Formats: sequence, C-alpha cells, structure tokens
Amino acid sequence: MGDSKSAAKTSRGISRRDMLRNIAVGATAGSVLQMIPAKAAELAHEMIQKEKAASPTGKYAPKFFRAHQYQTLLFLCDAILPKDAISGGAVEAGAPEFIDLLTSENEEYQSSLGGGLMWLDNFCSDRYDHPFLECAREQQKEVLDLIAYRKNADNDATLRQGIAFFAKLRLMTCDGFYTSKIGIEDLRYIGNTALAAFPGCPALPE
Amino acid sequence: MTQVIRSPKMYDVCVIGSGAGGGMAAKVLTEGGLTVALLEAGGPVNPDKDYKMFLWPYDLAHRGVGVGGRAAENFGEFLAPNGAWKIEGEPYTSVPGANFQWFRSRIVGGRTNHWGRIALRYSPIDFKSRTRDGIAENWPISYEDIAPYYDKVESYIGVFGSKENLPSAPDGVFLPPPKPRCTELVVKKACDKLNIPCIPARLAILTKPLNGRPSCHYCGQCDRGCGTASNFSSSQVLIPPALETGRLTLIPHAMAREISMGANGKASGVSYIDKTTLTEKRISARAVVLAASACESARLLLNSKSRLFPDGLANSSGQVGRNLTDSVGSDGEGYFPQMEKMPPHNHDGTGGMHLYIPWWKYARQNDFPRGYHIELGGGREMPGAGLFDDLCEEFEGYGAGLKATCRERYGTTISFSGRGEMVPNPDTFCEIDPEVVDQFGIPVLRFHFKWSDYELRQAKDMQETFRAIVEAAGGRYLTRTQTDGPYPFGIQPGGKIIHEVGTARMGTDPKTSVVNGYCQSHDVKNVFVMDGGPLVTNPDKNPTLTIMALSWRASEYLLDAAKKGDL
Repeated sequence: MGDSKSAAKTSRGISRRDMLRNIAVGATAGSVLQMIPAKAAELAHEMIQKEKAASPTGKYAPKFFRAHQYQTLLFLCDAILPKDAISGGAVEAGAPEFIDLLTSENEEYQSSLGGGLMWLDNFCSDRYDHPFLECAREQQKEVLDLIAYRKNADNDATLRQGIAFFAKLRLMTCDGFYTSKIGIEDLRYIGNTALAAFPGCPALPE
Repeated sequence: MTQVIRSPKMYDVCVIGSGAGGGMAAKVLTEGGLTVALLEAGGPVNPDKDYKMFLWPYDLAHRGVGVGGRAAENFGEFLAPNGAWKIEGEPYTSVPGANFQWFRSRIVGGRTNHWGRIALRYSPIDFKSRTRDGIAENWPISYEDIAPYYDKVESYIGVFGSKENLPSAPDGVFLPPPKPRCTELVVKKACDKLNIPCIPARLAILTKPLNGRPSCHYCGQCDRGCGTASNFSSSQVLIPPALETGRLTLIPHAMAREISMGANGKASGVSYIDKTTLTEKRISARAVVLAASACESARLLLNSKSRLFPDGLANSSGQVGRNLTDSVGSDGEGYFPQMEKMPPHNHDGTGGMHLYIPWWKYARQNDFPRGYHIELGGGREMPGAGLFDDLCEEFEGYGAGLKATCRERYGTTISFSGRGEMVPNPDTFCEIDPEVVDQFGIPVLRFHFKWSDYELRQAKDMQETFRAIVEAAGGRYLTRTQTDGPYPFGIQPGGKIIHEVGTARMGTDPKTSVVNGYCQSHDVKNVFVMDGGPLVTNPDKNPTLTIMALSWRASEYLLDAAKKGDL
C-alpha cells in the first residue's frame, strides 16, 4: 500500500483520490465519475485487493521463528482459534504471519514468544520425553489445559512462565484472527462503507 | 549552522503552529487583509497518501498496530498522521513522580487531524467559577463576550447537536444530530431511570453539506482523517481558505526556537530551525501569534530570554508555564447481555459518540468542585487489535469455546469515559529543564504534575456513576480500580487526556496573568497566545472549540489594531 496507491487505477481509470473526490462531490454534481458513496467505498476495497494481489507473493517464509518453532506456532494458533462450522481457523486467517512479523520487529516479543515456545518444548521433554509437536494428541491437550488458565499456577508454580506465554499468544492470535477478513466476517461486522444516511438502531431488545 | 538566513520579507504576522488556534488565526488574519507566515514544526498533510479511510485492518501488514506492535500506544496506525507520546530527538522530562504525558503532533493541522471532534461550549458559570466556589480564578471575559464567536465557529466548521436548555451545556448553532446507536439507547434508558440526562453529542462533523464540504458518509472513521473533509480539521477547513487569499505563506518543518525582540521593546520576528536542512532561519513580522500548543508555546516564551525579559518573554508575572491542567480522565466498561440478541447491523455512524452525558450535578453539593461529562463508546465497531483483550483475560482457555465466546460477546460491551475539570494547583506546571536540549539544541520542558483530592474524588464519582448506569441497564460492570496508589479510581496520568491548557493564562492583572482578555501579552503588545495557553480554567468541555472561538476573537482584535497602525 501507500506509495503505490497513487499509481493504482481501476480499469475505468479512476484513482483512489479521484474516488474520494467523487464522494466529496456527492450526488448533486454532474461528474462523469459520479456514483453513490457506497459504490465508491466498494471500489476502494476492490482496488486495495488488486494492489495487494499485484505484489509478489508465495509461501510465507517466517522472518523470526525457526522452522520448528513456526510449525509449533501454527499448531498453537489453530488450537486457540480453530476452524468451526462458521469460519476458518487462525492459521487460515493469517494469524501466524502477523505474529511472526511483529515478533521479528520487537525484542520483547522475541524473548516472550520465542522463549515461550522453547519453554513449551522443554516442559514437554521433561514430562513426556518429546517436544510438544511430537507428543501424543492427549498429551498436547493436557499441556494446553494446564497453561491456558492462571489458576493452575496455584497448584504448580512451575507453570507460571508457560501460562504467561500462552496468555500473550492468545491475545496475539485473537488480534491476528479478528483483524482478518475471516475473523471480521465471523463476527458479522457490517460497515466500513459510505452511507447516505445513518439508519440508527434497528430495534432495541427488551 | 554557520549562518542565519534572514527572509528579506516583512510579514504582518508570524503565526507559530497550524492547529486549531493557529489555523483559525491564519484564516481570520489573511481574510482580514494581513500577510501571514505560518510556521509548522511538522510536514504537510496529504489526504490521498496519509488518510486510511475505508481500509480494513488486513489491508495493512501490521493490522493497525504498527511495526513491532508499537503504534498501538499512539492509538494505532490507522489514525490520521497523528503524532506521538514520544518524538525521537525531541524529548521532554518529568520530575520524579510527575509522569506527565505529552502528546505532540508535528503535522500541518496539528492534533485537529485526529481529535475526537467533541465541540462543547463552556457555560456562563465556567467563566466565573471562583465567584461560586471560591477556588482558583475567574476569567477576565464572560460567556457573553465569547458567545458570538462560538456562533461564528460553529457556523463555519459545522457542529451537530440539539437544543436542550441545560445550564451546564449551552446550546449552539447546530446541524441535526445523527440517530442514536443501539448501545447509546441502552445507556439512555438506564440514565432515564436514574434521572441523568443523556443527550445528542456535539461533534464537529457535518450531517448536512456546509460551506462547500459534503455531508458525513457515516463510516465511523473520523480519527483516520476524512477524505471528503466532512469533519473539521484545521488542515482541511482553516488552512485552505487562508491559502486562497494569497496572503498566507505556509512554512512546514519549521521548529520555532526563539522570538526576537526589537530595540523598541516589541517582538520583531521568530527564529526557527528548518528541520529539512538543520539551518537557522528568521522571519520578520510586525506581530507574533503563538499557537504551538499550550506547553510548546510556554516553552518558546520561556526560551525567549532577553535583557528586558531575563525570565522569558511576556513573563514578568512569572506565570508562564504555571496553572497547567489536563482533564480528569477515568474510564470504565460494562457488559450488557441484552446486546447479544441484537441482529448484526451497521453501527459505524459518525466517528465518535452520537449521545453523551453532560454534567448534571451542578445544582447539588458534591464532595469535589466542578464537573465532568461522560463519553460513550463500544458496540459493534469495526473489529481491530485488542478487541478481545479483556475477554481473553476474563475467560482464558482456548479452542472452539473461546471462539464461540468472542462471537457471542462481540458488540456487547459499552465503554464510559469520564472527562472532568481539574483545578490548577501550585504543584503542576512546566518549566525549562536546566540540563536537557532537543536535537535542535533547544532547551526542553520539564513537567511537574499532581492530582489533588478534588480530582481524585471526582474520579471516584465517575466510577460510581459508570457502575450505577451499567447496573440500571441490567448489565455487569467490568472495570476494577484501585482505591490507592498513584492512580486511584482509574484516574489517568496527567496529560493523557491531551487537554493540557492554562500555561499563559489570561487576566486583567499583569502581575498574575500572562495575557489580557484578547490573548495579548500584557508585557509585549504585539505578542499574542492563541492556543490553550490563555484558558484560565479547564472545564469538562474539551478545549478545542473554545480555543478556536478565542483565537477568532483575538485575531479580530489584532486586525483592528493593525488597521489603527498599533502594531
């Protein structure tokens, strides 16, 4: 985005700036660009998607996490927000890429998340003789059930670091998921568009 | 800096800062026929490139939180070019325990690019509070003096609202208000039960076309900057007409360093650092208007020392930098189970609340002086980073259950932001740090800040009110606050509400005030302060509308003086 934006034109030769100007002109002026604001907003979104699609893409190469760590991250993200009948999971929504990108730029995340993934493997090796990903399904569930709740540290203080790690990862997975198209549609958010009038509240529940 | 480059041109006025106060001064002065050099410490704003209207979080690689997640602390990367709590190379300091937070925008239009657009008039009593409660100072002007300028500002920039006849919240020249959101109707119902007024907000957003600007298109993203200029910002609404006169010279990247004095005891111009070349330049002008923000203007005055003014320009009273206040801020959040049944619908509306709670306990005996209002938020807003932070803390866990809970709870919380009047106190002020300079060699500000019991009791009252409203609506109040520590009852650190004012207060007595009722320095008649500095008190009305009204009034006074040859 950004620098390439001014160059972005639709097949009809309208730039994003033209489009915004057109909203400004509104329905009263006789511009050839004239369209209703909602259409213009739709066009803006379409153009952004085209700009994104035009950039070189491919399989995501992690910027910070090593391959094994990244595989673990993928597993954990989908464990936190899995695919269900309504929407895809956190991996499909791009949460791991988002987390990796931020972590590559932030030393505090590098120690809390990078270190947290190491903690998880150490914990599993001590307990089950295998790193987390190689543990049996029930063992993985057992570990996650332990580190997913703060109260478990009351009985076992050695879980504290794992709980802190998982709490942070849970927040970042939610951030990644609910800022994605999949996550936003999951919540059935309606908006981010131009309206001629604000309709108000449909009907207040009793 | 081997040489100082002097502009050969003599301007009528040099205005420092292009935000609410400076933008208004530039418009009124140039339209009145004067030539103006407008210095702005930041760069120009480019709506096409800078504004992120209609973008989804996933349109940005960092989803709104910025590189390393660090934009989140400055309200996220979606906001209009908006400034920051910390600017590299331009530090400020706080004495131990003060922890003052100073948000600065280095951009044409300043903080008006992203502000909340809340445009509230001060009420008649706000100008004479001391007469009522014996605390702090009265203003040298009255509501009647400023009311015509409130009218002018509202008519020009466009403010929606409704006639309510409330003594604490005078009505203005209003465009029609937008319809309430569901969340706001829930709050209003509870407020009706409690006899608390909950009325249409007053925001500088167009609900009808005005002065060539189209009506709002209800995307709810005013803080990102508006591609159609349907909300007010100085950069889009005040600077363009000033430029059209042909009499405005806008100089971006210009960091004012010192106001220079002529042999005649009047200011002769402004020295500034051109940030693009790191050279010192100088503007000559017949008058100087400081509108760099209350604290930045105080810094400039204090740094402008001369034989005549060894303690800083226009500071014979010793009051420059004193009487600093911010708004009292305390926030809360409630969960409203009835909202789970709401069908999905467009909740965006204008950027900002459609209903708010004005100060209502003015006729009662409270255990704190002065008042506060309550701003409303929450509901089915566009999802973004941090949306489920509180939910994750509450429910923990993971998996299908967590996902289902997020889905159920989305849109069911309503936030309450109390914003109240802080009373000036002797422990709260800014001064020049004796040791620290910024990257341009300009001595920086050092802050002192203390909340008094007045403000703490007010924050306590805010928390109690939030809870009462949530519970009256059948909801559950989620916010827990400490009763002790440095920030009891959720009171925010000083500066956090970004309503810092009072550092060059107006008054009739030159011994106890910096400027007169027309924002004119008592000491140096061709120096004016037209930002939040002259505000004598900081009522719960958010200062921007009043800054603009005072700036318009002072600029007309300056025009008049220029016509008489008094500059």
